Amino acid sequence: MGKRIGMEIALAAAEVAALCRPDVIAAYPITPNTHIPEHLSDIVAEGRLDAEYICVESEHSAISACCGASGTGARTFTATSSQGLLFMQEVLPIVSSLRLPVIMVIGNRAVSGPINIWNDHSDIMYQRDTGWVSLFAANGQETVDMVIQAFKIGEHRDVMLPVNINIDGFQLTHVVEPIIMPDQEEVDRFLPPYKPFAQLHPDKPMTMGALGLPEIFNEAMRAKDEAILQSKKVVLDVWKEWEKQFGRKYEPIESYKTEGAETLLLTMGSMGETAEIAIDELRKQGVKAGLLKIKLWRPFPFEELRKAVKGAKVLAVMDRAVSFGGPGGPVFAEIRSALYDEPKKPKTLNFIIGLGGRDVMVEDFIKMAKKTALTKKLKPEDAYEIYGVRE
Amino acid sequence: MSTANLNPKKLFENFELYVPKLIEKMEYFSPGHRACQGCGEALAIRLMCKALGKDTVITNATGCMEVISSLYPTTAWNLPWIHVAFPNSASVGSGVSAGLKVLRRKGRIPDRYVKTVSIGGDGGTVDIGFQALSGAMERGHDMLYVCFDNEAYMNTGIQRSGATPFGSSTTTAPAGKASIGNKTWKKNVAEIMVEHGLPYVATACHSYPIDFMNKVKKARSIKGPSYIHCLAVCPTGWRSTSETCIKLGRLALEAGIFPLYEVEYGKYKITVDPPEKLRPVADYIKPQGRFRHLTPDQIRGIQERVLMEYNKLMNKVNHSKSWDELKAL
Repeated sequence: MGKRIGMEIALAAAEVAALCRPDVIAAYPITPNTHIPEHLSDIVAEGRLDAEYICVESEHSAISACCGASGTGARTFTATSSQGLLFMQEVLPIVSSLRLPVIMVIGNRAVSGPINIWNDHSDIMYQRDTGWVSLFAANGQETVDMVIQAFKIGEHRDVMLPVNINIDGFQLTHVVEPIIMPDQEEVDRFLPPYKPFAQLHPDKPMTMGALGLPEIFNEAMRAKDEAILQSKKVVLDVWKEWEKQFGRKYEPIESYKTEGAETLLLTMGSMGETAEIAIDELRKQGVKAGLLKIKLWRPFPFEELRKAVKGAKVLAVMDRAVSFGGPGGPVFAEIRSALYDEPKKPKTLNFIIGLGGRDVMVEDFIKMAKKTALTKKLKPEDAYEIYGVRE
Repeated sequence: MSTANLNPKKLFENFELYVPKLIEKMEYFSPGHRACQGCGEALAIRLMCKALGKDTVITNATGCMEVISSLYPTTAWNLPWIHVAFPNSASVGSGVSAGLKVLRRKGRIPDRYVKTVSIGGDGGTVDIGFQALSGAMERGHDMLYVCFDNEAYMNTGIQRSGATPFGSSTTTAPAGKASIGNKTWKKNVAEIMVEHGLPYVATACHSYPIDFMNKVKKARSIKGPSYIHCLAVCPTGWRSTSETCIKLGRLALEAGIFPLYEVEYGKYKITVDPPEKLRPVADYIKPQGRFRHLTPDQIRGIQERVLMEYNKLMNKVNHSKSWDELKAL
């Protein structure tokens, strides 16, 4: 049986990654994910995990080595942040096109410049369209659970895609939280050994990564898009199975006190927990406010979103990244687009908050929610605001 | 005795009958690929694969070879082969090597040795893939890296790389009234690999097939990292005629421009003797359009540099000691 323990979330992520019995781990240190590869290399050094740990010379090589290892049929894990993730970018869409289920924890961090090691979501937003299944954890427990779920989702025959688990840098990676840590037997029961579809082995020579001419490129992209769209069913199945075995429920969009809510806030990642306290306070004050938390970022849960916002008058999307010169934050742009054709939809506005580790307090959420609730008519240029700028 | 200038027939009887028997019949890099006529690199890869044999996994950097061999839905590869991107053949190789090792240890693949071989052109090796190569070799993975060096980015249309020789005209270092063409001397990656402390480093050329294949076999047998730098003639980029492909490789050796040697545990050894008196570099330079603009003065400058580099190598050949010899000093 799993035990409730107090543990730094990065270390817990490493512990649970080890419980998934990866065969090859290739990672490169970068704040704030560093404790994950550090602790994994400890686990391998102590002989608790039989795996090849490759101390690569860059993140580009980390993801490349994962690609090669996964090609041989090995279960493969890596972790990174920020610039490291951007350095990987060249390879990320190739991993998904090769249909290799590499699993990666991203300790989300601002992208330079100016250089900044603290949390926001700009790193993953640059990678939005790389064809990876993308999960967002709000706390330590979700981090641990999602790492195990990710292997099962990614390795499923109907998916065969890489999966990233996003955990906020420092706010999650460096925080000690009470976590129910499953034991090896429980993980083994949930996650069967990896049975690769194809392997680089001379007994059945195979060409991986062939050249695609214009005649087949459309088809290749359509196939990849279909694969990730279809992965949603597997994600939902895996989450159902998880709930059955572990008793913890997961949904693409989690609702908090949304019954009768006229004002909705929407968050991704750890700030959802702070926003919950703000919602409690607002409800006490008589403001009909509720909260939506996105857990599944790719494939995007359109249906669930449309259902979740029904009845609301106004929806404020909290972004932790900027699309410079664009229509607002990347999450906002998607949500607006998802609701565009709905006959009845809430007004939407966008707060870009918590950039580069800037604190977002309960009071801030209350302020934003009240501002949202008062919103009557929006001019297009008022659609988004970088909140909390000191002027 | 120098063998470079001798007719092979004079070396031993029935050469044509005997030599093919030494060589693997199986084609692992099969006919039907789309390489240019007279492509030295495609020939070299074919020979390499024969020397490696069946139990091999290839990782390929982006470049001519991936383009000409893997046009979906066709493939020229009868070996397991993976291409990911341009700069990471070596790091993909390190992952393949680690994957094969751990899966064999855990009994999830058959219990026999499979060699990981990463290949790339000069751009993918000495320039954009250099960091990945250095990292993979330094980490000591059990893998062989072979650089097929045709001395420019031929796939994209003959742009200058760090391996382009001095005075060569390329599309990004063109010769003109104010320029000799490429103004830098070739980066010597084989020597840099020696300094990584590899147990085995060699230079090779498709024009000396038996020598090349012997080196590949030796590198395959070494458990650990090894590196072969193979000069590959590119008639398209060198502006030479297709039928001179083999001849140019031989002239490179005979002029002392590309000596064939190996460094085994630190000990340098010449594997194909150059002629006692080296040919003038002009013999090598003249048949190639990429050097056509060079003046006799400029060729003399190249001649001096080639001799200096050649002597530097010979000094190592004559005085280097193996790791065992050094331990016993």
